[in-house]
Amino acid sequence: MCTTCGCGIGQTLIAGHALKQPRKPGEAMRYRVHEEGAALAHPHTHQHGVLDGVLDFGAGAAGTHAPGISQSRMIKIERDILAKNNDYAAENRDTFSTHGIFALNLVSSPGSGKTTLLVKTIAALHGTLPIAVIEGDQQTDNDAARIRAAGAPALQINTGKGCHLDAYMVGQAMQQLHLQDNSLLLIENVGNLVCPASFDLGEAHKVVILSVTEGEDKPLKYPDMFRAADLMLLNKCDLLPYLEFDADLAVDYAHRINPKLKVIRISASSGEGMTEWLGWVAMGCRNATHRRTESPA
Amino acid sequence: MHEMSLAESVLQIIEDTARKQGVTRVKTVWLEIGQLACVEQESLRFCFDVVMRDSIAHQARLEITETAGQGRCAKCSIEMPIAALYEACPNCGSYEIHVIGGDEMRVKELEVE
Repeated sequence: MCTTCGCGIGQTLIAGHALKQPRKPGEAMRYRVHEEGAALAHPHTHQHGVLDGVLDFGAGAAGTHAPGISQSRMIKIERDILAKNNDYAAENRDTFSTHGIFALNLVSSPGSGKTTLLVKTIAALHGTLPIAVIEGDQQTDNDAARIRAAGAPALQINTGKGCHLDAYMVGQAMQQLHLQDNSLLLIENVGNLVCPASFDLGEAHKVVILSVTEGEDKPLKYPDMFRAADLMLLNKCDLLPYLEFDADLAVDYAHRINPKLKVIRISASSGEGMTEWLGWVAMGCRNATHRRTESPA
Repeated sequence: MHEMSLAESVLQIIEDTARKQGVTRVKTVWLEIGQLACVEQESLRFCFDVVMRDSIAHQARLEITETAGQGRCAKCSIEMPIAALYEACPNCGSYEIHVIGGDEMRVKELEVE
């Protein structure tokens, strides 16, 4: 990577090879001096410090970044790109804590069985505590309709072209849902193992769902999500006898990414492992309620 | 494509700053992106150009500084450079490595008029 401007080879790989390789392998990387012509260390789509034909590096207002532009003003910002989302997430988290709400952010690839899991969870917990659901999908109200049919209030967020829910969307949805005190809020994120990892919604935990009809190495392929999660549900375990999926290997891979990740093997359709999952949820709800009563707002 | 949302967040930060500091035009934007952040730089560059169009940062130059991934082994406490999240500790082989650097995404500074 060029230490002057940070330009370098992208991380997109095609058949294992970098998409762009502006520098020949083995060739020494040249720092700071960006000359025109044959001695170019790596071609730039932009120029540094070319002013009146004079190359002037390092003397400008921007220090090492952009020499020769001292006539312009520099403003230091040092602000996290996700700061705004994190502010909204903190507001959501405050609301959850004030009202004793246990909020879970369920993330997975499309088709891992999130909605079926929610429907079964709602059915099993029916009558024991108030439950609400926020559904995220690019299009359609189908999932929210399934949840409502299962007996819980649900609000569908359609993200349109968006690939994830963000904290602002969830905050807006929370206002419309009129969440009850000491309740459980299940947020089903858009089916996507990449983008939702970066966006805190204010939840207590991210729960990643991996189904045995996927590959064992998904945790290695999509490490950010497995690192961000606190619990992994290995779903559709009733199908294991018919598949070549190595469940131990999948768990091992997940623990390489996140050694503290708790794993529960379940099947939402057959009911296997559901007792442990429901117990985990119930304990989270009790703790959220307990914390609220300990520190009343 | 969460890079589009990230580019929009960058624009929000730029516009907030511009309003407070009486800026009329943003010429260059410096971002610091960690090697382990969930960001594809080429994609972010593309989204940046699209999102900045017709804003105060129209045609602003985007400069990205990449910071290296750094980890600390929870078992033997050594620190090491890491390029991916699934790497094992070169000393003891443990996978219990905490990321201590290289996952940041920040707007560092702006060149403005």
